[in-house]
Amino acid sequence: MSATSAAAQRRAGLSREEAKALAERVLALSTADEARVNIRGSISGSTRFALNQITTSGDSADTTVTVTSAFGTREASASTNRLDDEGLREVVARSERLARLTPENPERMPELAPQEYVSVPAYFESTASLDAERRARVAEQAMAPASERGLQAAGFLDLSAGSTAVANRNGLFAFHEDSDVAYTLTVRTAAGDGSGWAGGAHNDFSKIDTAAVAERALEKAIRSRGAQPVPPGAWTVILEPAAVANLLSLMFLGFSARILGISARAADEGRSFFSRPDGGNRIREKLFDERVTLVSDPTDPELLDRPFDDDGLPLRHVVWVEGGVLRNLAYGRFWAQKQGKEPTGFPSSLRMMGGDASLDEMIASTERGIFVTRFWYIRAVDPRTLLYTGLTRDGTFLIENGRVTRAVQNLRFNESPALMLSRLEALGPAVRVSAEEAGGRGEAIIVPPLKIRNFTFTSVSEAV
Amino acid sequence: MPPGEGTAIDRREFVKLAGAAAGGAAAVSLPHRRLAALAAPSLRRPTLDPAIKELALLALDAAKSAGASYADVRIGRVQTESIQTRDDHIAGLSSEETFGFGVRALAGGAWGFAASRLVERDEVVRVARRAAAQAKANARYVRVPVRLAPVDAYPDVEWHTPVEIDPWSISLEEKVDLLLKANAEAMRVAGVRVVTSSLFFHREEKTVATTDGTLVFQTLVRSSPQVSVTAVGRGEFQTRQSAEVPPAARGYEHVLGARLVENAGRWAEEAVQKLTAKPVEPGLYTLVLDPSHLWLTIHESIGHPTELDRALGYEANYAGTSFLAPPDGVLGRLRYGPELMNVQADRTQAGALASTGWDDEGVPADRWLLIKDGVFADYQTTREQVAWIAHLTGVQRSHGCSYAQSWRHIPFQRMPNVSLLPGAEDITLEDIIADTDAGIYIVGDGSYSIDQQRYNFQFGGQVFYEIEDGRIAGMLKDVAYQARTVDFWNSMDRIGGPRSYFVGGSMFDGKGQPGQINAVSHGCVPARFRNVTVLNTGRGER
Repeated sequence: MSATSAAAQRRAGLSREEAKALAERVLALSTADEARVNIRGSISGSTRFALNQITTSGDSADTTVTVTSAFGTREASASTNRLDDEGLREVVARSERLARLTPENPERMPELAPQEYVSVPAYFESTASLDAERRARVAEQAMAPASERGLQAAGFLDLSAGSTAVANRNGLFAFHEDSDVAYTLTVRTAAGDGSGWAGGAHNDFSKIDTAAVAERALEKAIRSRGAQPVPPGAWTVILEPAAVANLLSLMFLGFSARILGISARAADEGRSFFSRPDGGNRIREKLFDERVTLVSDPTDPELLDRPFDDDGLPLRHVVWVEGGVLRNLAYGRFWAQKQGKEPTGFPSSLRMMGGDASLDEMIASTERGIFVTRFWYIRAVDPRTLLYTGLTRDGTFLIENGRVTRAVQNLRFNESPALMLSRLEALGPAVRVSAEEAGGRGEAIIVPPLKIRNFTFTSVSEAV
Repeated sequence: MPPGEGTAIDRREFVKLAGAAAGGAAAVSLPHRRLAALAAPSLRRPTLDPAIKELALLALDAAKSAGASYADVRIGRVQTESIQTRDDHIAGLSSEETFGFGVRALAGGAWGFAASRLVERDEVVRVARRAAAQAKANARYVRVPVRLAPVDAYPDVEWHTPVEIDPWSISLEEKVDLLLKANAEAMRVAGVRVVTSSLFFHREEKTVATTDGTLVFQTLVRSSPQVSVTAVGRGEFQTRQSAEVPPAARGYEHVLGARLVENAGRWAEEAVQKLTAKPVEPGLYTLVLDPSHLWLTIHESIGHPTELDRALGYEANYAGTSFLAPPDGVLGRLRYGPELMNVQADRTQAGALASTGWDDEGVPADRWLLIKDGVFADYQTTREQVAWIAHLTGVQRSHGCSYAQSWRHIPFQRMPNVSLLPGAEDITLEDIIADTDAGIYIVGDGSYSIDQQRYNFQFGGQVFYEIEDGRIAGMLKDVAYQARTVDFWNSMDRIGGPRSYFVGGSMFDGKGQPGQINAVSHGCVPARFRNVTVLNTGRGER
């Protein structure tokens, strides 16, 4: 769609002016010492299919206003999706009533002064206009060939488009428009003896090659038939980018990263992999192979992330790991102030720099190894080593003497993504992937395929 | 997503149903009685707003006029309150509220859905038409049309979670005070570094109407208290969570009954004790599993594989399929476990998270056996799934397992409460331990992972004890066990009796695309399992 016609079309969510006006209406009602309002207005739509037919599909629209009020260091937040005057009065009053009742929070940080933000063009009409009919055609692109070849396609196409705003009474105002879409597909054989997965995610739907996704999943389903078990133990593995992202997300993105991963506070308090045994954290230590470099940058054209967090703190280019050396941990505003550091915020997107080995070259250089498409049901086992368990799924193959020779049964791993990065053999080109187990849009992540030695599998699963 | 107040001040209904009072809720502590007595005068029961009913019926008419052969509508208000503390201070307080409606329409044998936050006449009509249009767009690619099992009409019915003390009737000061007191008890223990605790309350008012003539008004309430203690030693840290305190479909009486302040010191001592506990030697062990642990193993290895949509391939792209397939090969045939094993699905159990009066497509709550005398007997179903197995089970009704997380989510098959029934004999946990020469006793749920067909699993726990000659000999650490579902359940040789029954559960069971959460409880008794593979998950051995 051309820029002109996209501009002419009404965008999903609130415009900058609408968001600003709504924020001002809310803040004008505030009687607290400090107040902040977070607004998210969006449409979402999805289509699901299984057994070669569409099973559910739906669209919804919502706008949520969250008000955070503070009296001194007493703070509480309240949200609503009722935007008339009465609804806004109610939500402001509720947040203030709760804030007055809550005890002092010595760790509360004052609201930020106005900030400068980079602009990130993350909204694409290609995604926002993906209605039920167009989604059904994407599904049919997988269902029809699957049906012809006696296979069963199950997939999910999920999108959201809208805008996010943060404002406070200091005059801070942050606004960002975005769209996101993910397409994931699992193709199974009718006899249930083969299963293949492929997927893609982006802000811009036109960047996802849905025909290629279908082709990859179909091919893997067929090739994965007749899997035989191999003994568990320490294996050389070649992890496709989705599998790498499944593991690295745990350390750097989302809830688990805040609790177990790159939280500076957890490290400084002696309860993290990044803690030094004698106190403090491991910043400046070489923890990984020197080819490991990990960065977050909202303006990365393949990530296009929101350039601020819920406080309105600008999110900038941060280097977490460079040449295998830990350069940064994530500092929230309180802990940064306490430690005399700049707050980084917690990242919501990540890029791992790639290398120049192709997948074919990685396979050709492998005498005996396991090729992994993706992982599943990954759960923390031991935070001291960032040990996780989980299983391979939907395309696991044996490599012998430089060739993929046959399908193998799935394997359970007990492995640490952090320790794994010291056992790196080769890296391929980095690509954006869909890494969320649920196949949703998740956080944006770009990773290379990796070849790793001594990856620990502990048991076999006959699950297909 | 949501809670409410300004309006909720008027809405502080103190839901107390005849069922709750007569149902004989568990033992009630003294302060709880006092509070109940104080709160009683404000006791009021929520009622269905006639305007909501009118809009619900309008949505159904609009969907039908637009060509739907069937439609249902959910109009819902969800309120949540979340209080988090750390050490000696509050760490977060939020109150969320969301209101809106969703319409599901069937046309040409395919489903469509649309939802909006604007609960107004014009929008209701527009969204209902949109749902019907979605269905028609999807019907172009139908291969097997949806067929709904018949259900009686329930034109004006209601149901409410039996709650004795409305969580929203308790002051914030009292709630925070309780958490900070529990934290202080834990912090008193030397070696403790961080204590966090939280209270989470969820309340939903939901109206469901269907074109089959049903209109149901319900309120669903859930309460979840939690404490987590982390101890730090030299180069070592360990966490103990309050895993014996489950979430429940009860009111504030559940928080009081959890006795957080009285238990916090013990949890803290156990966190510290874990720092120096003996690392487990990997190998084959007899396991005695406490019900505070076993509920999660039941959830993963029985609850999920008995979902019929999974078994037939509808969840293949995310949650996975099931080893319980095809149905004609396993129903009445597959030996899941020993004869003493009976597993019941139940949407009527008082205080259990998945209990309800009617499901999200107007089917009355049901109770049935999934496993009878150790043999797989039936699946979980919704209306469209009945015909898939009725010829095998003879069951012509839906088991009532349709559920949507909120007004903006599409209802689909979700897990009812799934419970291991007690044995007939009066056997206690102590009896089972006394009868065990050597083994490991595991308390509390920990890490959990299972494959996409539910064969191979691995579970950790909160605390682990060595059993020697029928006695608890000392604490172990770094324990996890791996097994294959059917082998594991067939190795079960002793289970507790009715007195040892405990109900655990989860507020956040994920399934579906887009992902939705369901809250579900699992009752069970202590049980013993033979020859289970145990690993050491510590840093020495990976």
